[in-house]
Amino acid sequence: MAIVELRFSALPEHVRTARLVAAAVARRAGVAETVLDEVRLAVGEACSRAVGMHQDRVDDDRPVTVTLDDGNGRFSIEVNDGVPQPALTEAALAEGAGLMPDLSTNGAGMDVIENEMGLAVILGLVDDLDVRTGAEGGVIRMSWPSGAKSAETVG
Amino acid sequence: MDLSLSTRTEGGRTIVEVGGEIDVYTAPKLREQLVELVNEGQFHLIVDMEAVDFLDSTGLGVLVGGLKRVRAHEGSLQLVCTQERILKIFRITGLTKVFPIHPSVAVAIASSD
Repeated sequence: MAIVELRFSALPEHVRTARLVAAAVARRAGVAETVLDEVRLAVGEACSRAVGMHQDRVDDDRPVTVTLDDGNGRFSIEVNDGVPQPALTEAALAEGAGLMPDLSTNGAGMDVIENEMGLAVILGLVDDLDVRTGAEGGVIRMSWPSGAKSAETVG
Repeated sequence: MDLSLSTRTEGGRTIVEVGGEIDVYTAPKLREQLVELVNEGQFHLIVDMEAVDFLDSTGLGVLVGGLKRVRAHEGSLQLVCTQERILKIFRITGLTKVFPIHPSVAVAIASSD
């Protein structure tokens, strides 16, 4: 098991660094080239969301932590925003899956699109996704197959 | 790579050529550019994304914001993009139904005539 951990101040300029590191580690872990763009995008979205959680929080110097792990035939990424939040209920977690923007309506729907697209992108990209919140912060965990078989198992 | 922006007028449309990475750090620059154009009275915009290397949801949000602004003036915002990895993000979010996406600036101009 190999783990790379990256901690950064919750600033937008560091999100690109997180994307580059995640893509480099994913490539080394054997994640298929065709999937690397998805990894890069998904980790960027998770980190952008984490940085956003720190907005308007004065004197908040807790870092965002990105943990990259290529154990057990999977390449997993965990992004912890470090912002303590009430734990999500099962019902709320189920509701989260419905956050894809509803484009069937114009007008009001546009605001939803503007604000909730980050999670929509992650939901659209990642099959194995786990979102949790708690006293230790909000955590988005995603994983992809690693190694030689990854290209066959990822659609 | 940072974000590069340039604007020109062609066929009665304002073309915004975007290059580099549009993410949470650089998207505010694109937002400023679109707001500035609308404030100057440019309501028919074509955003050429052929030189964009990376686009995330923050960038999508800026484009949606731009669309809302031009629509308030009965304008239009069209996109030029042929890169599959960028188009995929529009498909995932359903925004292919919101933005007219064209293969070239010439086609975008022709389609809006």
